[in-house]
Amino acid sequence: MGSDRLLPVRPDGGGSAPSEPPPGYLGPDEDRILVLTLKDVQKGLAAQGYVADDRLAMALHLAQQLGRPLLLEGPAGVGKTDVAKAVAAWRDTRLIRLQCYEGLDASHAIYEWNYQRQLLAIRASEAQGGVAEAQLFSDEFLLKRPLLEAISETKPPVLLIDEIDRADEEFEAYLLEILSDFQITIPELGTVQARVRPVVILTANGTRDLSDALRRRCLYSFLDYPSRETEQAILRARLPEIEGILARQIIGVVQALRQEDLEKKPGIAEMLDWAAALSGLGVNDLAKSREDVQATLVCLLKTAADYNAAPPEVMDRLIGKVA
Amino acid sequence: MQVTRFPARALGLADRMSGFIAHLRLNGMKMGALDAGRALAALSEVDATDANQARQAMCAVLTGDAEDWRRFDELFDAYWFNAGAQRSGTAKNKHARVQSAKPMIWQSSTQAEDKPRSGSEQVTTTPDCGEREGEGVDGKLIATRTPNLSRRDLRELMDEETLKQAETAALALARAFRDRRSRRRKQALRGAALDMRRIQRASLARGGEPLDLYRRARPPRPMRIVALCDVSGSMTVYSRVFLAFLKGLIGSGIEADAYLFHTRLMRVTYALRDHDTLRAAGRLSLMAEGFGGGTDISGSLERFLSGYGARALNGRTVVLILSDGYCSSDPQELGDVLARIRRKARRIVWLNPLKGWKDYQPIAAAMQAAEPYLDAHLPANTLDALAALEPQFQKL
Repeated sequence: MGSDRLLPVRPDGGGSAPSEPPPGYLGPDEDRILVLTLKDVQKGLAAQGYVADDRLAMALHLAQQLGRPLLLEGPAGVGKTDVAKAVAAWRDTRLIRLQCYEGLDASHAIYEWNYQRQLLAIRASEAQGGVAEAQLFSDEFLLKRPLLEAISETKPPVLLIDEIDRADEEFEAYLLEILSDFQITIPELGTVQARVRPVVILTANGTRDLSDALRRRCLYSFLDYPSRETEQAILRARLPEIEGILARQIIGVVQALRQEDLEKKPGIAEMLDWAAALSGLGVNDLAKSREDVQATLVCLLKTAADYNAAPPEVMDRLIGKVA
Repeated sequence: MQVTRFPARALGLADRMSGFIAHLRLNGMKMGALDAGRALAALSEVDATDANQARQAMCAVLTGDAEDWRRFDELFDAYWFNAGAQRSGTAKNKHARVQSAKPMIWQSSTQAEDKPRSGSEQVTTTPDCGEREGEGVDGKLIATRTPNLSRRDLRELMDEETLKQAETAALALARAFRDRRSRRRKQALRGAALDMRRIQRASLARGGEPLDLYRRARPPRPMRIVALCDVSGSMTVYSRVFLAFLKGLIGSGIEADAYLFHTRLMRVTYALRDHDTLRAAGRLSLMAEGFGGGTDISGSLERFLSGYGARALNGRTVVLILSDGYCSSDPQELGDVLARIRRKARRIVWLNPLKGWKDYQPIAAAMQAAEPYLDAHLPANTLDALAALEPQFQKL
């Protein structure tokens, strides 16, 4: 955490200073040392056990090549957050996560001064004749929150802004500067410009309309529940020990359950939980272990109404269809 | 496989791309000045000779929300693959859907509307309506005339006088709600006190001197109205009143959220918040394109609940449903979805224009299924009836 991590442009140098990039900043192209192709993206994610369909892979590819944020929308539990984790693991870089919530403000998302340390420094230096103001407002006393942290990294990190629609609209507006210019203005220090562009991934559930200004700055992709083939590939990648017939039955039942009228449809994470539970119980064939199936449904159905909507008869029907 | 035909004046890829952007804009997607450049930049990063890659790349760059994302394929095909007979099938369907999808309420007289309608039907039979637009053949003329018509209709729908009456009615209703809120606020004000914890925290920044004084107050908890208005064919005659009513509700100063539904659901709060009545009407009619055939009340409510509902509903929300209850979907589903809304919201009020009729009985199966979940089922066929609701609302 040395001061070389931040390259502030001091606003005291007249009007032209803030617009000049700081020394050492080679422009947003610097992080594109190796030019990736679409195939690389798919292969890289597959190596992390993340199965991305063509559209998502293309969106991720462009997000990295063009240096623009990617907005992912879709129902809960389709792997929006996991995309970011997989990308970070694949690129072998840091994942910086900002979980949004109502009331999230700049001091929690961007930076805050470490008041206690500043006070301590003042008290400690009183004997030596005081401390200079410039020293107090230096990198040493700056608490970096996720957004500033992402911007001051030297290796492009993955910045995940999760569930942006939970944050207030004011915060969304605050994000605009960061997402379009990758810079943050700290009044006491000046403007901090990103040395390398982070890969920014935003997720939203559609509980609130996002502003057009934000959408305009982002690439967009919609993640839906996966197709049967994709979901089978996901199960194979995550839980390779599950055998062919059981895997087919699990996917069949989950896909059929999503067609039912449920309050909370089971997502991919639920499917994987269920599969792990079944394999942990040593189930080989759903049709032959009906009690286990009924007992493990808690992994799939998360509300009482849904649980009641899938009595043994319904499950018999679903399993009968896929068996 | 298929060769795309372009107007002779199209010079190169950039020209064609700006044509594509214009095509998307014409179809209601929001395109900025930079988008053509962005799309080209994206193409340079992928194998642009592969149609599939080009399609996916442009989709990621040009779309902004789920709705655009879903229909991008059709628009892409319509523009880039319009010459092939193979593609004309999908293009035709899409076109026919958009054309006929205009809800009847945007039309003042069905006779006047019939002519351009049949005209548009003819257009759909020509396979390459998309491409020739630029050359000023029939396709373009029809395509632009229709939205103009629908816009004009709605302006007639919402003339000044009706609007004023509806606003008065809505304001009266809002007052009924506000009275409830004022009792709450009184209670909250009593608790105002210094927030010692925060003062202490802030004092650290001031060297231990409590300079910034923060206070505690109970937050205002205003009642909120969520209005869902049915704009299907059977509601045509009432929609004039209801749209004006919604506008009044949104403008009344209480927290209100408005949605229109038909077979689809859409949020119109922003469009209605526009102070310029005519412009609001224009925006509404633009948004209304794409509505289709019957009514799917339970499906629309379901979509509301799984999407906006998570944020829009809370324990202080009154849900107003303005509909006649004629519904093509399973009445049982309507009951279920209302039960779920009821769990999240405070009250459900159904305003039914049919209930204003003499000897009305809730015979429609949907209404029978819905009744047990309603806190009130009130008549609302005219502005007077709406205005008369005020005492009823005070009781809720």
